[in-house]
Amino acid sequence: MGDIIKSDKIAVDRAELEKRPSVLRGDKVTKVFGYGNSKTVAVNAVNFNFREREVISIVGESGSGKTTLAKMLLGLIGVTEGDVYFKDAKRDISSHRKKKEYWRGIQAVFQDPFSAFNIFSKIDSLLLDCINLMGGKKFSPEKKYEMMSEACSFVNLKYDELTNKYPFELSGGQMQRLMIARIFLLKPKILIADEPTSMVDACSRATILDMLMKLRDEVGMTIIFITHDIGLAYYVSDTVYIMEQGKFVEVGSAEDVIISPQAEYTRRLISDVPKIHEEWDLSTV
Amino acid sequence: MGKVILEVKDLKTKYVTRFKESVYAVDGVSLQIEEGKSLGVAGESGCGKSTLALSLMGYYFAPLHYISGDIIIDGKNISGMKPDEVRKNVLGREVAYIPQAAMNALNPTQKVIKFVEDVVRAHDKSMSKKDIYDMAVQRFEVLGLPKEVLSKYSVELSGGMKQRTVIAISTIKSPKVLIADEPSSALDVTSQKMVIKMMRELMEKGYIKAMIFITHELPLLYNVTDDIMVMYAGQIIERGTAHEMVFDPVHPYSKGLMGSIIVPEAGTRDVKLEAIPGTPPNLKKPPPGCRFAARCKYKIPTCEHGERSPRIFDNNRMHRCIHSVEYLQERYKNEREAGSKGKVSETGAE
Ligand SMILES: Nc1ncnc2c1ncn2[C@@H]1O[C@H](COP(=O)(O)OP(=O)(O)OP(=O)(O)O)[C@@H](O)[C@H]1O
Ligand SMILES: Nc1ncnc2c1ncn2[C@@H]1O[C@H](COP(=O)(O)OP(=O)(O)OP(=O)(O)O)[C@@H](O)[C@H]1O
Ligand SMILES: [Mg+2]
Ligand SMILES: [Mg+2]
Repeated sequence: MGDIIKSDKIAVDRAELEKRPSVLRGDKVTKVFGYGNSKTVAVNAVNFNFREREVISIVGESGSGKTTLAKMLLGLIGVTEGDVYFKDAKRDISSHRKKKEYWRGIQAVFQDPFSAFNIFSKIDSLLLDCINLMGGKKFSPEKKYEMMSEACSFVNLKYDELTNKYPFELSGGQMQRLMIARIFLLKPKILIADEPTSMVDACSRATILDMLMKLRDEVGMTIIFITHDIGLAYYVSDTVYIMEQGKFVEVGSAEDVIISPQAEYTRRLISDVPKIHEEWDLSTV
Repeated sequence: MGKVILEVKDLKTKYVTRFKESVYAVDGVSLQIEEGKSLGVAGESGCGKSTLALSLMGYYFAPLHYISGDIIIDGKNISGMKPDEVRKNVLGREVAYIPQAAMNALNPTQKVIKFVEDVVRAHDKSMSKKDIYDMAVQRFEVLGLPKEVLSKYSVELSGGMKQRTVIAISTIKSPKVLIADEPSSALDVTSQKMVIKMMRELMEKGYIKAMIFITHELPLLYNVTDDIMVMYAGQIIERGTAHEMVFDPVHPYSKGLMGSIIVPEAGTRDVKLEAIPGTPPNLKKPPPGCRFAARCKYKIPTCEHGERSPRIFDNNRMHRCIHSVEYLQERYKNEREAGSKGKVSETGAE
């Protein structure tokens, strides 16, 4: 497995972390879909407090409610019960204008990159939209070109090869990197990344993680990873939240949660991950 | 050496785009798989893995075109066959292909049994519904899928169940080769494990004779396949056993790839991941010489000229670097030592 070169990552001091200003906090946040017999409690009274520059992972099985929570945080769907606080103030996204304002501060990279793109618009306009959203509508074409090229090369893509193409002409991994190029242009305060690296190879994943961490340092961004990839959660996060059927069953530092899990559910999840040095036991499913 | 089930010789295929440009996505791929063996394919996104999978079926439709090369399945060369013949005699019977994201492409208005009927009838119009049903029930049971699934719609199944159903249907005619493109990547770890277990069972029970498994997830490949092949810009740049490839990669690109594996094992959090700067070459006009040269830290001037033919070493291992295995291993070793020295002096300074 290559060289064991120590990373320059500094282990976060939990006490320092907990003193940082809160950017997003939830109090008994709940989402219920449907009524009566067909009622699903997708997210069940979860509490959380995400802080400035914190890297968080929310890990759980399919259907545990991760994407639903992400959508509530983004304000794409309503909260059935409970409260969300943005920078310590109760979030208000009651009007279209307020929502737009909120989205300047919080952005997402989604699970299925194809779904996020309008199939009728070319890649150029996708990136231009970001520049416009950030108030760059009046920039000169050269300036815009420069910004788009910079964003593309930030994610290892070449703008000149993408221009005039439609999203469906790219491979899955190219699409995913394009989504991060958008974030590079938008520079939000909070980024929600729903399975951002599920379609890329290990090397590009390392590159993407590098990019996101660099962005975090530059912008002071809080990143919330939503993932099945427990290796990734372990590697990048300060704090890991384990979600089971709409609830957080375990929360703590990556080291505590992944290496010494307490909850039975977390233990099982971790034992199901294929590893390199430990045997992967197929008889347990 | 066991019997060779799949042999591919110098296969070349391309896409022709809207602008009539050619994209050489599979550019001279050769490989062999013996009976009972599985081969993993890894590589950077866009390097041509899915195109290789598609090309291996011998069934080409625009924008994908065959250029040259042979695909021999159990002694039978399918590369010269007409599309109709391939559809009737090869697909599902000789080769089954599970495309990336197949499970999301199922027609939501059809019941699962209907898909089974479609697959069977593509080859055998005479089989009755009852016989098909009985056959499906039997196969599903062996593979641990409840027979109730047959009368459900795909939307009624969970992701993991849907993918296992897709695999069971695709292999119902016991094809010799199964090609699975990212079959478990969208699934959570537990469902992924069930999918893998089922693929193992297909092999163990002899329903398939060889398997090609494409995924980005290297720890998964390591645990699933006998051999691993790394692809770069349309070509195979290294091949070896899963263990050799993960722990002792030779080609600088594979080295980078394996150096970026992350697993939830104590200590891995402190390892610095390798990220290779730069981008792969444009497949419309691949550069001469080594395609990785532009990004390689071991590049010498001759790397960017001529043809880089594969070097075979240690029995079945192959790599496509200009440098010898010994040279590369020596360089890696020196770097490792320099790296750990750096670490010592760091802690020493404290
Ligand atoms: N729009 C909706 N209407 C009804 N139920 C829904 C809706 N969206 C989600 N659900 C249900 O809520 C639960 C949580 O779903 P969610 O998509 O949040 O899970 P997830 O953890 O993101 O899963 P995955 O890992 O597969 O993406 C599931 O039971 C799902 O069926
Ligand atoms: N329909 C198409 N027309 C033109 N070019 C295409 C088409 N489909 C794919 N390509 C190009 O062919 C190359 C190989 O693509 P392919 O989908 O095989 O990559 P891949 O290795 O499977 O990537 P991923 O890991 O992202 O799935 C890429 O450069 C891609 O842009
Ligand atoms: Mg989800
Ligand atoms: Mg692919």
